Amino acid sequence: MQESQIESAESALIERIRKGENDLFYALIQPYERSVYLTAYAVLRNPDDAEDAAQEALLKAFAHLDQLRSNEKFKGWLLLIALNEARQRRRRDRQHLYESLDAEPIETEDGDFTPQQFADWREVPSETLERKEIRASVRRALESLKLKYREVFVLRDMQHLSMADTAQVLGISVPLVKIHLHRARLQMREQLTPMFGKRWIERLPFFKGKKPW
Amino acid sequence: MVSCHRVLQELSNYLDEDIDPDLRAAIDEHLRGCHRCSVLVDSTRKMLYIVGDERTFEIPGGYSERVHQRLTEYFAKH
Ligand SMILES: [Zn+2]
Repeated sequence: MQESQIESAESALIERIRKGENDLFYALIQPYERSVYLTAYAVLRNPDDAEDAAQEALLKAFAHLDQLRSNEKFKGWLLLIALNEARQRRRRDRQHLYESLDAEPIETEDGDFTPQQFADWREVPSETLERKEIRASVRRALESLKLKYREVFVLRDMQHLSMADTAQVLGISVPLVKIHLHRARLQMREQLTPMFGKRWIERLPFFKGKKPW
Repeated sequence: MVSCHRVLQELSNYLDEDIDPDLRAAIDEHLRGCHRCSVLVDSTRKMLYIVGDERTFEIPGGYSERVHQRLTEYFAKH
């Protein structure tokens, strides 16, 4: 379906939900449940908190559906609710904890960044590494990003929002999205390279029951 | 001819194809002769491919069902 077709199908659903057909709300949010969770996770970095915030955001979206303006995209509006819910929680509950856990950025304040990792990712990692291991490394890498970089990265590179939609949800300009995205990508690559740069074959003796030393 | 520093600066725009055609051609030219920059571009592209794949980041099992449940309870009360 084209984006415009999706939007008009959504408008029709929203109209009926507003008139009392509550059950249609499940269908309306179903395509976005994952995005709502990921958006909350980008802010909170913790699966339980992210799910709490996501659930709350979805309830709020239902309760405030009449506030969605006719020219507003439902997805963007919904993700903004999720972002605000997660940000409120971050401020309210755990500020001290999150701040102390935030990793120091590798860059200097003016944004200069020098890549350190130049190992070649010769093998396609998704085919050679176990997916479990990939998941764990990606999660660790994401969690090490500064909040402002993680937010942009999760919306744009993990949820594939456009530059314009990313900027709109986060309430920042497109040029700033690009700057943050650039740094986020460099840092993600840097964090993941030690793992993916390794020649997987060098670790094979483990699987054959022989120690490599 | 562009420098390695310029390639680094433009990396993100280059990957998004959000770049002036002349600059793109100059970067392509640079990449043919610079191993470090090709590794940088290639590994960043692979990283994006990995994180953009839905299977890479799992949401908690049963999340969708719990959302459904909470909404059902909410509808019953309102
Ligand atoms: Zn170079």
